[in-house]
This record gives sequence, structure tokens and C-alpha cells, in this order.
Amino acid sequence: MRGITKRYPGVVANDHIDLDVKAGEIHALLGENGAGKTTLMNVLYGLARPNEGEILLDGQPVDIADPADAISRGISMVHQHFMLVPVLTVAENILLGAETMANPIFLDRGEARRRILALGKRFGFEIDPDARVDTLPVGWQQRVEILKALYREARILVLDEPTAVLTPQETVEIFAVLRRLAAEDHSIIFISHKLYEVLEIADRITVINRGRVVGTRLPAETNEEDLAELMVGREVQLTVDRGQSHPAEPILRLEGLRVRSDRGQEVVRGVDLSVRGGEILGIAGVAGNGQDELVEALTGLRRSQSGSVHLGEKEITGLSVRGRREAGLGYVPGDRQKYGLVLGFTVADNLVLTQYYGRPFARGIQRNDAAIAEWARETIEQFDIRTPSEAVSAGTLSGGNQQKVIVAREFNRELKALVLDQPTRGLDVGSIEFIHKQAIRKRDSGTAILLVSAELDEILELSDRIAVMYRGEIVGLLDGRSANKEEIGLLMATGGKGRGGASSSASPGAAATGASP
Amino acid sequence: MRARLRSISAVVVIPALSILLALVVASVLIIFSGLVGPGGELDLTLPFVAYASLLQGAFGSLRGISNTIVAATPLVLTGLSVGVGLKAGLFNIGATGQVLAGGFTAALVGVALADAPPLIAIGGAVLGGILAGALAGFIPGFLKAYTGAHEVVTTIMLNALIQLAISGLVNDVFKAQGPTFARTASVGNAVLAGLGNTTLHAGVLLAFACVPFTFWLLWRTTTGFEIRAVGANPTAARYAGMNPRRMIILTMSLCGAFAGLAGAIEILRLGYYPAVFGTSIGFDGITVALLGQAHPIGIAFSALLLGAMRAGAPLMQIQAHVPVEIIDVIQGVILIFLTAEIVVRRVFRLRAGPVETGGELQTITRSYGEKVAG
Repeated sequence: MRGITKRYPGVVANDHIDLDVKAGEIHALLGENGAGKTTLMNVLYGLARPNEGEILLDGQPVDIADPADAISRGISMVHQHFMLVPVLTVAENILLGAETMANPIFLDRGEARRRILALGKRFGFEIDPDARVDTLPVGWQQRVEILKALYREARILVLDEPTAVLTPQETVEIFAVLRRLAAEDHSIIFISHKLYEVLEIADRITVINRGRVVGTRLPAETNEEDLAELMVGREVQLTVDRGQSHPAEPILRLEGLRVRSDRGQEVVRGVDLSVRGGEILGIAGVAGNGQDELVEALTGLRRSQSGSVHLGEKEITGLSVRGRREAGLGYVPGDRQKYGLVLGFTVADNLVLTQYYGRPFARGIQRNDAAIAEWARETIEQFDIRTPSEAVSAGTLSGGNQQKVIVAREFNRELKALVLDQPTRGLDVGSIEFIHKQAIRKRDSGTAILLVSAELDEILELSDRIAVMYRGEIVGLLDGRSANKEEIGLLMATGGKGRGGASSSASPGAAATGASP
Repeated sequence: MRARLRSISAVVVIPALSILLALVVASVLIIFSGLVGPGGELDLTLPFVAYASLLQGAFGSLRGISNTIVAATPLVLTGLSVGVGLKAGLFNIGATGQVLAGGFTAALVGVALADAPPLIAIGGAVLGGILAGALAGFIPGFLKAYTGAHEVVTTIMLNALIQLAISGLVNDVFKAQGPTFARTASVGNAVLAGLGNTTLHAGVLLAFACVPFTFWLLWRTTTGFEIRAVGANPTAARYAGMNPRRMIILTMSLCGAFAGLAGAIEILRLGYYPAVFGTSIGFDGITVALLGQAHPIGIAFSALLLGAMRAGAPLMQIQAHVPVEIIDVIQGVILIFLTAEIVVRRVFRLRAGPVETGGELQTITRSYGEKVAG
């Protein structure tokens, strides 16, 4: 790609970007959210037309009109959010749009199965073509996406943040697949903002900032600090200085907590935990081991079957969401757009979403708009939320700033305990740094913090103690400063009951959700 | 200020263009209607003649203007009934049944208070109508909140139930002696009489007073904030400590109250409840609410527009020989263009709207609701 420039009204998303990808190369594209990675890939995939510049394929200039055109030229994209039909089988999903026909009317399912099995074998991940996609763990769904691309004879694969949804083990496995693909002369463009991953997998790294290429590096001659600085344009503190914590009395106590899922299965099976004031307790675990239900039961969104939750001296087991908030519990939800914000509301309204009914934001049943606006302006200033004003809708902010709105709302009041659920999911380095610093500050003010995260690095970086959750139980409680990744990873995958067993990687269909065969 | 103006014009543009397109489509029909008219020929100027006499009928005289306002009065209320529901993410198709329940109850109370002083008689009948409408809204609200039954289904079924039940009662239990056709007795002093020699009545004030009230409720109170939050994102509302179930029940009751008031006003104007109270004001409320973009002020304007078409149509039929039914066609086509916004955008080459608008339409296109957690 040579001199690619794409302008949108008011912004230049790509400013004369040059990118060359060799056959058999894994080329990482690194940049913050909004740096222009996605736009560039949309240009390559025919979803956007560049205003200037050209795309050369095997030395020949090509004009890519639309995604179908891109696919026919051997360019395929694996999106971050999978484009799969959950109720169809692997083979059916792969055939969608690339039907192998026995005759003009009927599909040649036999031939399709043979080809899928052969492709799987060649690249080291054999998959049952007849398995329904919604029974597969996320990591295997991603492989279906890759198979889809290979089935269409892709030579260039674009993977948009492929590891965002994976566990550490699944990430290792997908990397093996990618290396295998590269070894067979496929070119891979790997989009990410996780520095260590990029260093591990890429042959070359191109960093983009504000629509321009700011540098190309070989992994051997760079490091995380260098890349982060390129990416953000200033020096960044990658690991927060967490300082010494001074844990006091237990504040948030869970005793024998049992919770059922929507399907009626008991997914939290007798959890005892106690978080002390002034410490961060991290909960590590593969997604789907009961963390979501635990957090919901804790915050009042879901009823628990038995057991109790105490906040300080007070039992809050039977209280409503609002009752718990008023008792001093804060909560940053895992899905900011679904739970945390009303995107169509203004930033100011979102900043008072949990406190709108009390003084000074309301007088009787009437809102006090002046007080709300004033408080919003102060909070925006204090938490460095980048927004034109408090009156624009929250949906227009970037992901990082949306999360800052939630963090500001939850942190900016007196709290006894705080639940952080995936507080930095999908955020760029700068925002992560900010949110981690705020969490440490809150810790040091004596708040008990429970951190749930799928990012093991985040858990390790912030936690004073780490609890590992496996199939609804706490299977290990480790010291946060001495624990290592391998030890936790093993507990996450097996519950500490020996190696092998039902790890998420063993086979498609089983595992991960803990479903019995 | 300029940003505010721009956001207002962004909201107004689709309804305005929908009306324009509907008038164009209707004019084709009007031209062809000339074939069956007295002249029996195609007259390309006929639409202009028809629309001119429509305007004259609606606004050309004091009597016309008062007819327009009176016709708009129940539409304001049913428009608010549907519009407030949309703000809470609810699609109230039940305005029709709520109108009937309100009208019938107002008639019964009116008959009982027929000899009381007018103020008490009207007040009692109107209050009865509001409460009956609220109850007719409460039922689907409760079912939605606690069982997840979709309000579109329950309100449609309730419409039929209420209509048939009332019809049975009027033909039997509450049938008045005397009149040649089945109807209730007269409401006596509870009747809403015209002021002076116009058709204007006290109910007009009451109905239009609901416009600022609704605006205040939705945007100036904490309850309105909860209603809008539940409508825009129920999961976030629950997370924030609000009670979506309570809001759904409250909002549906409020929707019912507006429609019940509309029914009470229409019946008290008539003076009795007839065996067949055929009225389209309930369903017209959907058009009014969508044309008004579910905003109280927009709803007031679109109710006046639809009211004007109703009030002006007779003169159009007399002067241009275009049947009054063309008004239903225009209204229907407006509704189609409003809901198929993308067609309007294509015709006028407009870019897609900002994220904020269209929230109300989503309520309608979302075909089925999940069980409300709480």
C-alpha cells in the first residue's frame, strides 16, 4: 500500500500511509484506538475508497471495489466480532458465500467436509465440520473464521485484534496456527494494541499514530517502552507504580455464596472471600467460570441462592442495587455500552446516572440542571475526560473516554468497596494507565477493591492478592506480588487438579463452558 | 444556540419530507379520482384545487379553525399516549382500547352525575375516564413487567376485549329507554358544550395543557429521567439502581390515562355512549406520535396538522369533489414514509441521521421484548 490517504469530514484518518507486507510475513499494525488502523484495513478490504494512494498486489496496482473483490484477490479479514451464524454448523458457516455446489441446485457437502478437514489438518487444528458453532469455545470460533478465509484461498489475512477475546492458553494456540500459516507463505496483518503480543508474534511491526506511520521496527531491536512511546507520542508508564498497600480490616465479605445462571445451573458454588480496606483483590479465571454471576450477585443485579454478603458491619445480601450503592458499594461494569452508559444521553446525565435523585441534583421530584451541569464540568476536568462539553451525548466519545465517564461517576464519591469488572477492556495504553492509577489512588484511600479481569497481566499488575476461580469455586488464593503467570494459568485451566484434563484447549465442544459431553 | 437550532432542524426534516412525499403520492390518486368524478376526465390541476379547499376548510374561517382545534384535541392526547410509551421503549398499540374504556367510564359517571352542578359532573366524568384508561394501560404494563408478555400483543388483544365487552354492556345492561338505537342514557350536566357559536369546549384546554405537563415530566423531573433511561437502555438503568419494572407499569398507566382522557372528552362532547363508538383516534395516535418524533411539542403540531385535514376534508369534497377518504390515504402514506425513513433519505439524498434520533423507531422495529429483570 503506497501513500494511502483517507479523509473523512473534519479528519484525516490515513495520511499518506505506506505499508508493505511480504509473503510469509506476520506484520503487526500497532496503534491506539482511533489511530487509523481500522480505516487502513477497510481500504485494503474494499470497505472504504482511499482519496489518494494505491494498492499494489504482487507489484501490480489493483483497484479493490468491495469486499467480494478483495476476497477474490485473496485478501480476507477476520473481524474482532465474529461474523458467524451461531445455530449453523462449522461447515455451513464456511460455505456461506462460497458455496461448493454438486450441481446448480444442491450443495456438495461431502466435498466441502473433505476440504475443511484437509485444511484443518494442514494447519494443525482439526475441527469437526458438523459441530454447531454456538457449542464451540470462543477460541475455536475464531479458528472457524480463519478456516473461512483459507477456504476462500486467502493469501493475505487481516486479523483485527484476534486475541482480545482469548485466554492466555488460547492465545498461545492461535499464535501457533498463525506461524504455521506464515510458514506456508501466507501473509498475515495482525492488528493489536497489546505490546508484548506484537513483540512475540510479529516479524515486523508498523506503528501508526494519528493517521501516520510513525515507525517500523523489528521485534529484535525494540521493546515495549519504545513501542508504547511511538504509539502514544509521549513517554508512557507501562506498569503502574503500585506502591505499598496498607490493608486494614476486612470490608467486603462473601460467605458461602451460591448463585444460579440464567439457565438455572449453579455457577457460583460456595464462594468465601474477604476483601480488606486498602487492598486490591484480583479474581482470575477463564471467562464463563462464574465471575459474571458472582459480580452480579455482589452488586444486586442477580439474586443469590444462599450465602451472605457483608459491607463493613452491614449485611447487604437482600438489598437492591440502589440500596447497595447507598451503603457504599461502587461498581464499574464489564460492558460499558450495555450496562455503564446510556449512549443517547449527555455526558452530564451519564455522570449522574446513579445519583440523579438525591441532593443537589434534584429538588423534590424536579431535576436541578444547573447543579448537574456544574458537577459534570468539575468531574470532566478532574478526570480529564476528553469531550467538547458536558452536553454532548456519551455515544460520541471514544471508548477510553466513555470508560472514564463511568470511572469518574463511580470513583468520585465516598466508597467502602469497589467492584471493577474488566475495567480496561478494549482500551488503549493511555487510558489503561489512567484507570490503573485511579484504582491505586482509590485503594490508598482505604477502599476495598475487587478486580475481575480476563487480562491476567492486569490482575498481576494491580492485585495484592489473587483468587483463581474455576467452575464456580475459588481454587486458589495467592499473594499478588509473588504469584507467577504459569502458576495462575494452570489453576485457571485445570482448577489445580492436575495437568491435562479439561482445559479450554483440549477439544472443541467440551471445556471452556464446563459443559458435560 | 446554533447547535440547538441545527438539532431541531435535523429532527423536523424527515417528518416534513414525509408529509411532502405523501401529498405528492396522494395527488396522483386525486388526479385519477377525477375519472369517477362528475367531470369524468383527468385534470392535472385537481390536486391543487383539492389542497386549496382543504386549507380553506381548515383555516379559512373562525368556524374552520375551531373545528381544526377540536379535531386535534383527542389526537394530542392519543399522540402523547403513544409518544410517552415510545420514550420508555414501549409501543402502546392499546390507545384504542384505552380510549373506549375512558369514554365508557366517563359516560357512566356522567349519567350518574347528570343532575349535579356542571363543574362536578364534568370533573367526575373526566376523572373516571382518566382512571379507567390508566387501568387499561396498567394491565399490559404489569404483564410486561412481571411476565415479559409483549405490550404489542397484549394491548391489541385488550383492544378487542374492551370493545366487545363495552358493546355488550351498552346493548344490554346500560341500554337507555327511549332512543331508537342502543346507547347509554344522556350525561346531562356533564356534557362538554361548545363555547359561543364555535365548537370549542373546555376539554381543548385540558388536552393542550397536557403538552407542557408531559414536557416537564419527561425532561424536568427525576421520574422522567428514569422513564427515558429505561427506554434508552434498560440494562444500564437497572445497573444504575433504577427499577425498570416500576417504570414500565407507571409509563403504561400514564399512556392509558392520556388515552382515557381523550375518550372521556369525545364522549362528553357527544353526550352519551353509542352502541358502536367507531373511532380511529387511538390508531391515529401512532401517526401523530411518530410524526411528532415522540416529542410533546412535535406531537401538538402533528395533531393540529391531522386535525386540520379532518376539519378541512368536507369542504374539499364539496368544492373539488375529492372523497374525504383521501385523508386516510395521506395519513397512511405519511406513516409508511416515517417508518421507512430510509426511502425518504434516498429520495432526497440525505445522509443517515445522528445516533440519537431513531431511538423511538427502534422501539417499533424491535419485534419482541425480553423478560424484564428486576
